[in-house]
Amino acid sequence: MNKNNNKRPHYLNPYFGGVLLGLLVIATFYITGRGLGASGAVKSTVVETVETLAPQHAESSPYYSKYIPKDTSPMNNWLVFESFGVLLGGLLSGVIYGRVKKFRVEHGAHTTSAKRLVFAVLGGVLFGFGSQFGRGCTSGAALVGSASFSFGGVIVLISIFGTGYAVAYFFRKLWI
Amino acid sequence: MPLLIFSENCGFNSTFKILTMGPLIPNDIITGDWNFVIAILIGIAFGFILEASGFSSSRNLAGVFYGYNFVVLRVFFTAVIVAMVGLLYFDYFGWLDLSKIFILPTFLSPMILGGVIMGVGFVMGGFCPGTSFTGIAIGKTDALFFAIGLFLGIFIFGEAYPYFANFYNSGNMGNVTLTDVTGIAAPWFALGFTVIALAAFWVTAEIEKKVRKNMKEYKF
Repeated sequence: MNKNNNKRPHYLNPYFGGVLLGLLVIATFYITGRGLGASGAVKSTVVETVETLAPQHAESSPYYSKYIPKDTSPMNNWLVFESFGVLLGGLLSGVIYGRVKKFRVEHGAHTTSAKRLVFAVLGGVLFGFGSQFGRGCTSGAALVGSASFSFGGVIVLISIFGTGYAVAYFFRKLWI
Repeated sequence: MPLLIFSENCGFNSTFKILTMGPLIPNDIITGDWNFVIAILIGIAFGFILEASGFSSSRNLAGVFYGYNFVVLRVFFTAVIVAMVGLLYFDYFGWLDLSKIFILPTFLSPMILGGVIMGVGFVMGGFCPGTSFTGIAIGKTDALFFAIGLFLGIFIFGEAYPYFANFYNSGNMGNVTLTDVTGIAAPWFALGFTVIALAAFWVTAEIEKKVRKNMKEYKF
């Protein structure tokens, strides 16, 4: 890669990382019959929050009520535990490779931290909103859906990355 | 490599049997009590792979859209083809009953719209949900703000849901696979994806070389 850069961060070879991730998808299907996910855990958190603050509102809502189990908390959910694991696993890798530091903002060369944070929130809002229509995000729908030959998974995959390329020009100042 | 397990209820036959059929939890080979322990362990592996591949950095992720870093494409496509081919082998050897795994349902127009909105969110926010969790884990404030955005976005969706409930539930095709829709057997899709992936790896490596020459301050 870039030989002039001696401060290059140490990452896994991407193809090796991809093989590991593919094997993990297979192992997850083999053990649980389901795939990985991420946005589902945030959805459970939203449902739990609304149910705690406004229980009647949550139970009368046609959307939240679908995700409130009768005898347990919405947080008692496979994806919530899995996402907690993702935090731990990310931390473990960060510790091993020396990337865990105090909270800081990463942004492109031609933008400010404040602007980066505003766009991070806005991007998150859109991603969270869109993931509900998409029945999952890049993990559950695009990656695992496509890998298990789901038609919808491939639709979401093409749609996310196709749109990304289509609109990248308008947000280039954020990154390059 | 078939897994050997000690089987107590085989009685008259053999004390060992070859464990053939996953998924283990739906088939009651592992009881549901282990579900959440397994969830955390699988999550740890997932988070580790994402972070170690560089997905805790929004600049690495956004690079796929600007040609200066195709790590997303490499990891993602490799994972898809490994998993596709692997699942077919597991099915072929009788280790995994593919009819028992969860196939993501298809709601055609809502999922296209969802993907479009997520695509814009990806370029603006520089993360997707899973990668933002690993960013938070190593101390990225932008990842934390992205995750707060996710929470707000899903909350807004939940509150506004009655206005687009009909659209949300439209285009329901059920839990269909590519084979169900096209009539083409799954191995052909695995082969097709592999060919596309290999071509993409080669083309993007060439693009990356050219684009990186003009980026001095970014540590690859």
